[in-house]
Amino acid sequence: MKVTVLIPGVLRAATDGAAHLDVEVPDPATLGAALDVLADTYPQLDRRLRDERAGLRRYVNFYVNGEECRRLAGPATPLPSGAEIQILPSVAGG
Amino acid sequence: MTVVVAIGTRKGLWLARSEDRVSWQVDGPHHAMQEVYAVAFDSRAGLRLMAGVSSPHFGPGVSISDDLGATWEESSTPPIAFPVEEAALERVWQLQPAPAAQPGVVWAGTQPSALFKSSDGGRSFEFVEGLWNHPHRPEWEAGFGGQAVHTIVPDPVDPDRLLVAMSTGGVYRTADGGKSWEARNKGIKAYFFPDPWPEFGQCVHKVAQHPAAPSRFYAQNHHGVYRSDDGGDSWQSIADGLPTDFGFAMVVHPHDPDTIFTFPIEADGRRFPPEGKCRVYRSRDAGATWQALGEGLPDDFWTAVMRDAMCTDDAEVPGVYFGSRSGEVYASPDEGETWHRVAAHLPDVMSVRAVVVPT
Repeated sequence: MKVTVLIPGVLRAATDGAAHLDVEVPDPATLGAALDVLADTYPQLDRRLRDERAGLRRYVNFYVNGEECRRLAGPATPLPSGAEIQILPSVAGG
Repeated sequence: MTVVVAIGTRKGLWLARSEDRVSWQVDGPHHAMQEVYAVAFDSRAGLRLMAGVSSPHFGPGVSISDDLGATWEESSTPPIAFPVEEAALERVWQLQPAPAAQPGVVWAGTQPSALFKSSDGGRSFEFVEGLWNHPHRPEWEAGFGGQAVHTIVPDPVDPDRLLVAMSTGGVYRTADGGKSWEARNKGIKAYFFPDPWPEFGQCVHKVAQHPAAPSRFYAQNHHGVYRSDDGGDSWQSIADGLPTDFGFAMVVHPHDPDTIFTFPIEADGRRFPPEGKCRVYRSRDAGATWQALGEGLPDDFWTAVMRDAMCTDDAEVPGVYFGSRSGEVYASPDEGETWHRVAAHLPDVMSVRAVVVPT
């Protein structure tokens, strides 16, 4: 199925400037599976979103149709067809 | 002669350049908003600058510049990655090029405590399994800054010999290229344990060695300043002439194995220079006696110098450099006799390295 990933400006150097990417995710489609597909094309993006254990970076938020994934099932959050994944750096630092 | 000083801070890297080591031009930030705990010049082939960078949001990595910061290269895949299930890289604390006879070899010390080896000049690194599998590892605890291998001292001659230091854990040594490791902390006090003389668990802040004296090491400990004359087998205190035995930095003169520099801090519970006076201490006799160096350095300096924020260059008359948590950087063009301010109002300085640019 196809989902759309919205890339924040600060990470667009890693997507050749693309602000949103359409991703074809095999079933069962989850957030983690979508990020796996993205990683194949954009490894530089992936290393900024996830560590080497495929763990989501603590201060990066992933909204699936407007809901932050950690309030859902994290990387295992199922994606409905046409889902929109919005990636946003969280509030952190000083 | 042109000298470049790389200044790694909590929010990026600055580069200072000078012809006389008195007046400086500073440019930056490079890698803005990224912590730079580790920085290294590799002058074995050309001049490469390496930085261990870490974004609080987007994670850690290693960035390389072969043109003194004009351009940077970072691999698309993580250059340092744990191949084990139970850990992920949090921060690079040390980047240490090996001696000239091992071109391309660069060691990296990380948080969590592990060692990695690059054979391609820092572009990619392999995990050193032997240290990770050490039976002591479950008992290495995190200090205030995190639990990390922050010091790597390659033997100047034998590529199989290496010493590392970690907080906490202490000093470990290998003689077989990293396959097996032995704790080497005899004589280093760990006052924060019920038994203050354990085999391991010490909080060694920095270890330094001169290539011409490969059996001798100097260590600045979390309270305690030591020297070993037997390759780390035993350690003796050299703190007597210092105003305090706490501190982070320990630096050896590039041409004299008997001359060392440190920056004493009052105590674990009072992390300021004694009386708030910014002073570097130098010993010319391997720690038997010490001299305070302060000409050009301020009083009312209520800050501290971190473990990798002091260094020398390798000029004939070497310069000495340090940076502070308060974002000030000082340079001495004459082995510490006089000091000049390089920069001020930077973020917390975490790492400082200097190089004479080859002509």
